[in-house]
Amino acid sequence: MTFDDLIKGLRKQISETHHPRELAIDVMFALQNRDGYLTDRGLREAADLLGMTLLELEETATFYDFIYREPVGKFVIHVCDGLTCWMFGGEAVTDYLCRKLDITVGETTRDGLFTVLPTACIGYCDRAPALLINRVPYGPLTPEKIDTILADLKSAAFRTNGERT
Amino acid sequence: MSEYVLLQDYHPGRTTSLEKYRRRGGYEGLAEALRKWSSAELRQVITDSGLRGCGGAGFPTGRKWEGIRQDAPLPRYILANADEMEPGTFKDRLLIHASPHMIIEGMILAGYAVSAQKGIMFIRPSYETQARIMEKAVEEARQEGYLGTHILGSGFDFDIKIHRSGGRYICGEASAQIKAIQGMRPRPDKTFHMVQHGLWGKPTIVNNVETLAFVPHIVRKGGAWFQSLAEGENNGGTKLYCISGKVRRPGCYEAPMGTRLSEIIEELAGGMLPGCTFKACLPGGASSSFMTREHYHIAMDFDSLKAVGNRMGTGAIIVFDQNTCLVGATLNLIEYFARESCGFCTPCREGLPFTRDLLRRIEAGEGEESFIPLLKDMCHFMTHAYCAFAQGAATPVHALLTFFEEEVREHVRRKKCPYGTTHRWPGTGIEDSCRN
Repeated sequence: MTFDDLIKGLRKQISETHHPRELAIDVMFALQNRDGYLTDRGLREAADLLGMTLLELEETATFYDFIYREPVGKFVIHVCDGLTCWMFGGEAVTDYLCRKLDITVGETTRDGLFTVLPTACIGYCDRAPALLINRVPYGPLTPEKIDTILADLKSAAFRTNGERT
Repeated sequence: MSEYVLLQDYHPGRTTSLEKYRRRGGYEGLAEALRKWSSAELRQVITDSGLRGCGGAGFPTGRKWEGIRQDAPLPRYILANADEMEPGTFKDRLLIHASPHMIIEGMILAGYAVSAQKGIMFIRPSYETQARIMEKAVEEARQEGYLGTHILGSGFDFDIKIHRSGGRYICGEASAQIKAIQGMRPRPDKTFHMVQHGLWGKPTIVNNVETLAFVPHIVRKGGAWFQSLAEGENNGGTKLYCISGKVRRPGCYEAPMGTRLSEIIEELAGGMLPGCTFKACLPGGASSSFMTREHYHIAMDFDSLKAVGNRMGTGAIIVFDQNTCLVGATLNLIEYFARESCGFCTPCREGLPFTRDLLRRIEAGEGEESFIPLLKDMCHFMTHAYCAFAQGAATPVHALLTFFEEEVREHVRRKKCPYGTTHRWPGTGIEDSCRN
């Protein structure tokens, strides 16, 4: 889908909705998927599409965990720091990931592939410790599993080369 | 063995197809209700069944529905709350995965009961798979004439949309959820009554998905049957209990409402992990109070937990063993709440980070005796917050100081956490003693 098609599709969706603002999150997610994160340009486009002011949309966008107003990697790793995951070494999972990727929490790897973010309980307490990568849950985690997951994602990224998953 | 209702066709990883759901009587309740009952009769059936909200508050569902006045304006809305961000809770995820059509039928019936035209399921981003399952099921239901105009030949119109959230705990609160759907910054707002001026200023009912899933069953089998499922007096139905923490088989289990905590831990969850003994649990998610061994055999229902000063909440049981530092556990919860606070009112915005700081210092061995009364003051102070969020956040802190004050004092006295680093990650070579 080209960029123009995306905007056209969104415009059509909005025109069919009684309350365009109900699509605020969906539109922001769509533009975030297009650009990798919700850029200033994306936010402006979203505001125009939805008939909202930039400020209205900005105060909504910055409230949410899964809307990224700053550049993130191709794979955003949300490590659960909920209570159950904490009991099963959630902090060690974060440390391990950060060491392995050579970044700190909130940073992106130099190759632009991975970002690590802390996240409120993701609802996979039966699989603690757990994390989400681009909304796909993984758990219970072991260092070996993390190694495999990272390696698989890396090779997938090379295969698709540039296409966002 | 007790009867399964919500998880009757549950197979891990598999979703009940429309065909299979219908073979088990699915959509029969809807057809019958539309044919035989007025919306007032349907509301009466649900009121008589004693169904209570499963999202945490336990408010009688029938009474909530009765809140919309006959002459209230149209359109009216049904919100199925699948935001489920209470730590330790994952029942809605499982339920959607297991039986999306059950929830759809429940939403349509709720819609019929209050003459609503539109249903919206509000779902969190970490349940993307479940959002897709719901979208597929909604499309199937449309094809089969369960959704749309003139449902099953009746004069009733209703349709459902899946609304994806951007992900924030406070969106689970009904008034914040309304704002979130309207594309506004979601913060709780008590200036309107949901049943009069909810979504887009129109009458709105917000129900948890577990609550809605019970509705088709009650319609088909009756309120007396529903009550017979539960243990004890004044209870109805079964309950999805989520159990996690130091037990052998963490998971979501359906059991009669009022099942004893000890039974849930020992029989459903297979008991404690080897080497672990029960120290305490949170019986209803992060905003409930620590429950000690004293209430190990308590009946897990709204009234029994209320009677001991606790909350049933979402029925999410998080179990701690003798090696779990409860100062650490409380700190984890407060870190969470401090981050998730919407920041609108002062007691919550300022109170939570201050409480977090005190707990951090105690856990790091830099605490002082004077912190204890200070923490108690903070718990009291946070009851003055605008919504129930800060009050809920203060609950585990208050419980820590009530039931485990000695443990807090030990941290202060020994100038370190007496448990050391308790939560080693299984598989890292330095395993936690009770995970071997």
